[in-house]
Amino acid sequence: MRLPCPYCGDRDVSEFRYGGDASRQRPAHGAGSAKEWHDYYFVFDNPKGAHTEHWQHVLGCRQWFTLNRDTARNEILGGEE
Amino acid sequence: MTGFRRLDTGGRIDRGKTITFTYDGSRAFGFAGDTLASALLASGRVLVARSFKYHRPRGFLSAGPEEPNGLFTVGDEPNTPGTLCEIHEGLAAKSQNAWPSPDFDLMAINGLASPIFGAGFYYKTFMGPFRKSWMFYEPFIRKAAGLGIASASADKTRHDVSHGFCDVLVVGSGPAGLAAALTAGRAGLRVVLAELDFELGGSLLSAGSEALEHWRKEAISELEALKNVRLLTRAAVQGLYDGNQVVVQRRPEPGQSAATLEIIRARTIIHAGGATERPLVFQNNDRPGVMLASAVRSYLHRHALVPKSQAVVVTNNDSAYATAFDLAEAGVAVTIAELRAAPSGDLLARAAQLGIAIFPNTGVADVVGDKQLRQVKLGGRHSVTIDCDVLAMSGGWSPNVHLTSHGGIKPKFDESLAAFLPGGFAAGQFGAGALMGTFGLLASVREGEAAGQAALAFLGSKKQVRPVDAPGIREDRAYAISPVWGTAGPKTKAFVDFQNDVTAKDVATAHQEGYLSVEHLKRYTTLGMGTDQGKTSNINALAMMADLRGLSVNETGTTTFRPPYLPLTVGAIAGRSVGHHFRPTRRSPLHDWHAAHGVTFIEAGLWMRAWYYDWAGRTPEEAYVREMELVRKGVGLADVSTLGKIDVQGPDAAEFLNRLYVNGFAKLPVGKARYGVMLNDDGVVLDDGTTSRISDTQFYMTTTTAQAGEVMSWLEYLLQCHWPELKVHVASLTDEWGGMALSGPKSREALQLAFPEADVSHDGLPYMGVKDITFGGTTVRLMRLSFSGELAYEIHCPADFVIALWEHVLKVADPLGIKPYGLEALASLRIEKGHVAGLELDHRNTLDDLGLGKMAAREKPYIGKELRFREKLQAPDRWSLVGLELMEPGKKLRGGSILFAAADEIKGHGRGYITSVTWSTELNKFIALGLYQGGLKHEGEEIVAAFPLKNEQVKLKIVSPHFIDREGARLHA
Repeated sequence: MRLPCPYCGDRDVSEFRYGGDASRQRPAHGAGSAKEWHDYYFVFDNPKGAHTEHWQHVLGCRQWFTLNRDTARNEILGGEE
Repeated sequence: MTGFRRLDTGGRIDRGKTITFTYDGSRAFGFAGDTLASALLASGRVLVARSFKYHRPRGFLSAGPEEPNGLFTVGDEPNTPGTLCEIHEGLAAKSQNAWPSPDFDLMAINGLASPIFGAGFYYKTFMGPFRKSWMFYEPFIRKAAGLGIASASADKTRHDVSHGFCDVLVVGSGPAGLAAALTAGRAGLRVVLAELDFELGGSLLSAGSEALEHWRKEAISELEALKNVRLLTRAAVQGLYDGNQVVVQRRPEPGQSAATLEIIRARTIIHAGGATERPLVFQNNDRPGVMLASAVRSYLHRHALVPKSQAVVVTNNDSAYATAFDLAEAGVAVTIAELRAAPSGDLLARAAQLGIAIFPNTGVADVVGDKQLRQVKLGGRHSVTIDCDVLAMSGGWSPNVHLTSHGGIKPKFDESLAAFLPGGFAAGQFGAGALMGTFGLLASVREGEAAGQAALAFLGSKKQVRPVDAPGIREDRAYAISPVWGTAGPKTKAFVDFQNDVTAKDVATAHQEGYLSVEHLKRYTTLGMGTDQGKTSNINALAMMADLRGLSVNETGTTTFRPPYLPLTVGAIAGRSVGHHFRPTRRSPLHDWHAAHGVTFIEAGLWMRAWYYDWAGRTPEEAYVREMELVRKGVGLADVSTLGKIDVQGPDAAEFLNRLYVNGFAKLPVGKARYGVMLNDDGVVLDDGTTSRISDTQFYMTTTTAQAGEVMSWLEYLLQCHWPELKVHVASLTDEWGGMALSGPKSREALQLAFPEADVSHDGLPYMGVKDITFGGTTVRLMRLSFSGELAYEIHCPADFVIALWEHVLKVADPLGIKPYGLEALASLRIEKGHVAGLELDHRNTLDDLGLGKMAAREKPYIGKELRFREKLQAPDRWSLVGLELMEPGKKLRGGSILFAAADEIKGHGRGYITSVTWSTELNKFIALGLYQGGLKHEGEEIVAAFPLKNEQVKLKIVSPHFIDREGARLHA
């Protein structure tokens, strides 16, 4: 599988590091109750189908970016910066 | 003797080139163009193998990759199908699973006991709650039942893995594949055509038609002339993965040994992998001489082999008639047993013309002949016994849907073709030819061309491409089949899976015992396992199971198709990533110095670290203790270049670090370092290290060696994804800079000797002080830090300057008795001091577990603060850091020992474990750090450390983890 790095173009997935669900809303620093942090960190969907996620081009430009991917077919549904 | 004879003319062999090879040690001959299978058949050998379980005599069933029986050890490589193995001068082939030979095999006694070796025999006999004997019997069973034996010696061959890219990958070079490749090639696209055989052409090679051979040659010469087309032969497309990526394994050319792997990323894929013929299931259908009809035709047209005088063809479909007609034209007397009521008129007419007798509504009742077929007993409407040399059977065709199913797309059953077809394709993939159930030749060419056009359209190519010329043959006739799957049970010698010795009766037994799903059937009977993965057996078996269950074949479904398509050479997967190339090796900038000055290295993660030096002793036990003493009493120098080093710069750098670390960094003065601990969002400790402030806007962070990459990525994640408003930039200096630790009571004197112009006095460089100096024209960073607990400094500088600086320090401080010390001493010194390191920081412990809770700021927010106080993380009985002292002098303490309270039964996971152990030169005893339930609340208690692997138990006392200098007098000296 190849992923579209917004800076380097299509690169093999082995150059990337997965960073989890990007649709989760991280509480602001110093804000948020333990419950909110718990929900952010531990409670999220594991959908079969469209998924927005963080990736880092760790063996390349080291840029983090978000990507929409179909988790069932591993199809890239379009990236964004 | 029955079997085959070689014709004087014809075939795709070069009679001018005789090739000598050995088979089971004796000399054998063939011609260039022969496979091991065709050469053995030509030399009169029909019996070439013994079956897996019953050691029944076996011959070649097929002429291709689906071969279940004719497997050989060629050179060192076991389980090579003779049908794929090209002979070459000096080839040494050995038969397998027979002793002393397939002709006279003592293990054949298993065949007599076959009634008890049926489905589930091993489970029923050797396994289960009251049968512990499997462990005892398994080696004997494996010896008697088996395939080839893998060589125990290292593979000396240098295999290679390469990466390829193309616009269009065509899988298969039959009529459909060639037409597709021509279309895409003519459009100027980058095309790869992958063919499993050593010759291009697929079914065209076995067609025996001059018009088709002309078309094939024209197509190939045009493709060869196109620079944008790569033609791969001996290339098995083994697996299809996400994003149109395939793995292709190329067998070596004859006489070569290196198999290679090519990972191809294709923008589009055209599947034209053809179809495989199915056997029919009848009594003794495994006798040598019983073959697939298509194989008999292939041996005739490719290798000029025909049955000596008589052949019987048994079929449920039209395709086998081509074999019958071609054999008759080659002078063989042919009889056809037709399972259907009547084939179409044109076939009857042609058969009559050629003098072929057809028995309709008739099949094979039994096969006569023990080591080799002699007679066929027909049954059904006609009961006749016919002498024959070869029995050619056809149960219809199964498209090779393996590759198209690898992406999780299940194949669908087509009732009219009695075959599974691809269930669909991912974007950019297309299918053509027999794979799609199109068995006509002209139709396959048209479909291949259409698939090529579809690929062009998908890629947005607007190029007008000249149409592919149709081969000059008459129109295709429709493929007609009436499915006859054979009936499960009671026949004990009617084989469904030849390679695994699974019979129709075994399928019935599995059904009777409740193994109804095809996946259970597979596991219970071993059907479809082995090197051929059931290419000839799966469909027959699951159709039988469907019949037993009263379901349709589609409802029963197939087992899951998984890569690889064919057995592959493990060495080719590894390529050159073997030995020390297995993974990257990281070396400190001081590596070469260490190597030249008597060091023993140790692997730590990817790093090669200096473990201990020769000057201190011959064994690690001897050396590290002397090196520790050097640091405690004099001065030593250690390589700490592997530490993670991160440059943090920007107006918000202080704010950024203040958010990361649990303790405050906002007010750290310029010229000072601070020990910091960072947590994950979940409140668990991530890493520790010291970070220095170089200027208002610049910090120099160090991390543990192991976590350097993790921490760097984490900082980038926070800055790029969550805190883009912070004006901070981070850069890794781990490889760009190196460092050394100068430690011991005499270290200040040594430092002063090394840098006479710098003020390194107690006030000039106080504890946790940092200063950049220029030495020899280079920036050198001096930091008064201690990992050992002694007065100590770290000296960091750009990597290419490290050796010079290291040698300088050793030289000028020589009068003080300075020597290098290694990782073992470094790690032992910190145990005495009670510093936690990677062994304690196991990503499960909290600040409090490590006794670091008091470090955390009360007021300011920091990452992990909210979740740090979760109830379970605050529980009083958590495993937390303790110091341990061995109470039994003379005994040994081992890392990883399990800790128990004195009164506990020594069983299970205990109450904790030892993380780090060392001999203490200060205390003259073994000491350790460990994690123990309840931690230091148990200080002073006597407990037990068990090491079950060596059956050892020793008594310990729980003490403070700070074994030496609790007041820090030495640090501040």
